[in-house]
Amino acid sequence: MALLEVRDLTVVFQRRGEEPFRAVDGVSFDVEPGQTVGLVGESGCGKSVTSLAIMGLLPKRGATVTGTVTYDGTDLLKLSDKQMRDKRGSELGMVFQDPLSSLNPVIPIGLQVTEVLERHRGLARKEAMIEAKNLLDKVGIPDPNRRLKEYPHQLSGGMRQRALIAIALACRPKLLIADEPTTALDVTIQAQILAVMKELVQDLGTALVMITHDLGVVAGLCDEVNVLYGGKVVEKADRHPLFAEPRHPYTHGLLASIPRLDAAPGEKLTPIRGSVADNIPWAQGCAFAPRCPNALDVCVQVTPAEEDQLGRLLRCHNPVVPGTPAAEEVPV
Amino acid sequence: MLRYTIRRLIQLVGVVLVLSLLLFAWMRLLPGGPVSALLGERATPESREALTKQLGLDQPIIVQYFKFLGRAASGDFGVSTGVQPGDSALDIFVQRFPATIELSFFAIVIAILVGVPLGYLAAKRRGGLFDNLSVVGSLIGVAVPVFFLAYVLKDAASAALGLPSFGRQGDINATRVTGFFTLDGIITGEFDATLDALKHLILPAIALATIPFAVIFRITRAAVLDVLDEDFVRTAESKGLTASVIRRRHVLRNSMLPVVTTIGLQTGALLSGAVLTEKVFVIPGVGQALAIGFERRDYPVLLLLIIMATIVYVVVNLLVDLSYALIDPRIRTR
Repeated sequence: MALLEVRDLTVVFQRRGEEPFRAVDGVSFDVEPGQTVGLVGESGCGKSVTSLAIMGLLPKRGATVTGTVTYDGTDLLKLSDKQMRDKRGSELGMVFQDPLSSLNPVIPIGLQVTEVLERHRGLARKEAMIEAKNLLDKVGIPDPNRRLKEYPHQLSGGMRQRALIAIALACRPKLLIADEPTTALDVTIQAQILAVMKELVQDLGTALVMITHDLGVVAGLCDEVNVLYGGKVVEKADRHPLFAEPRHPYTHGLLASIPRLDAAPGEKLTPIRGSVADNIPWAQGCAFAPRCPNALDVCVQVTPAEEDQLGRLLRCHNPVVPGTPAAEEVPV
Repeated sequence: MLRYTIRRLIQLVGVVLVLSLLLFAWMRLLPGGPVSALLGERATPESREALTKQLGLDQPIIVQYFKFLGRAASGDFGVSTGVQPGDSALDIFVQRFPATIELSFFAIVIAILVGVPLGYLAAKRRGGLFDNLSVVGSLIGVAVPVFFLAYVLKDAASAALGLPSFGRQGDINATRVTGFFTLDGIITGEFDATLDALKHLILPAIALATIPFAVIFRITRAAVLDVLDEDFVRTAESKGLTASVIRRRHVLRNSMLPVVTTIGLQTGALLSGAVLTEKVFVIPGVGQALAIGFERRDYPVLLLLIIMATIVYVVVNLLVDLSYALIDPRIRTR
């Protein structure tokens, strides 16, 4: 049985006087123990909301979460607030996007690591400090004894993200969710952070849900990839087939819009035209149809179902045939 | 930090000097004066002139000022001409200051102890019934004049609660050590006296606390609302920490800068509110002395009391600034 089974996860935000907004719309995926699963998509596709819903971190008022999130046999969505607090930080860890704002600016790094050890592993402050030092050492922070006493603003961006990883992994969680962990960092630091995460989740046997818009991160880490658009999974495949033969026009477009070093001189980039709409209607037709180069008449009339076709799960009426170049070249 | 404190204390000396000169000049620009107050409107010109000369009021203001400074340096702040004629201004200060400090202290403690938790709760339940009620309540707290509330408390609440309807009395048979009645009882072991002093203090302190409470409440609510949206609170939640640790260590600690600033500024409001509260509850404090002093143009007493009030205000705000560094390490290293 999978460690995490997300079924039909739907998150609807409702503000007084406004139309309800379906940020996540029936997302399903599995994570096996030790596996790394990617959730990929542009801003607003629902990937962060999915992660917050799994962690039980969405605001209680204004957000309605339905579906099931079965972790180790229990549905997390049915747990009480207290039961969920016992799971968070101990069995479920999370790393966030912006390491500076994600750390408390007024208490030392040491306390921010030890508090989770004290809470879940029942360590006394002194023991927790020794453990915290080892953790900082493990994530590659030099001179950990000094860093424990320092405050977030005294650390570099890379070190802060390492500290957040140390915090998330402090209690050896079985599942780690990383929400764009490298977005706020320099490219060279990004690679280091990814290497540290990869090494640690392998050592600890932790399953990883990697949320990113960066296909480079996916290529380097993920076993399986879920591509999200407008709150729905549009393509789900293992890493190699997905990169080799993207079938959904959206995935195809995402890959085609990455600049390549081996491109011929003068070759143009192929961006996806348009941008993500504020409220994407899946009710009638495919939400991607207005931006899709492969769109047929049926695409704007009938909502595509998630189907097992061409050896993967796909939500598309007119998938990309392997070997076709991008349908349209747009001057950049 | 030490250098900063010393610099601020030197600034304080400057503030006091400038303020004393301004007060000195301003008070003499007011119509009337101690002579009319002492002798009445129908005094003969001869007797007026004699008293004017005796009080040294015939000399130029700047000369009077420097004479005052010279005497003040040796602890002589002049003799009261109106509040308690004949007593030295310093004695009046020593008698009255503890009552006002005690009243203001309890008022600000009540305002903080009620305002901060309510502000936190209101923010936590933003938009809920409790939030709306307490926001309206705090508006009423600001809007109701202190003297009105003071009379309500004095006449209605005191009877209903069986509490004394007047403030501190000097005739309690208790040993006096510091002049702070609540403190004296604890020092000498006369806990009855402390309890009695507290009973006399509670209603005036509540009356005086309403405005600072309302302001502290609103600032806390706004500050907590800001902090609750911060990413690090979400991180704290993702660690599964208990609600109380998140509240204390992550939310309140980060909300305290604006609240502490407000507390410092509110000490000024307290000192002016004390004038009215002391009047209503018949408390022989600085506020009452100031009210009488202005009526009777008691220059020495007014000067000393206002300067001391200023010093209290500046010192409290210095403590506030120093506490920033304790609360926020980013200020410490700057």
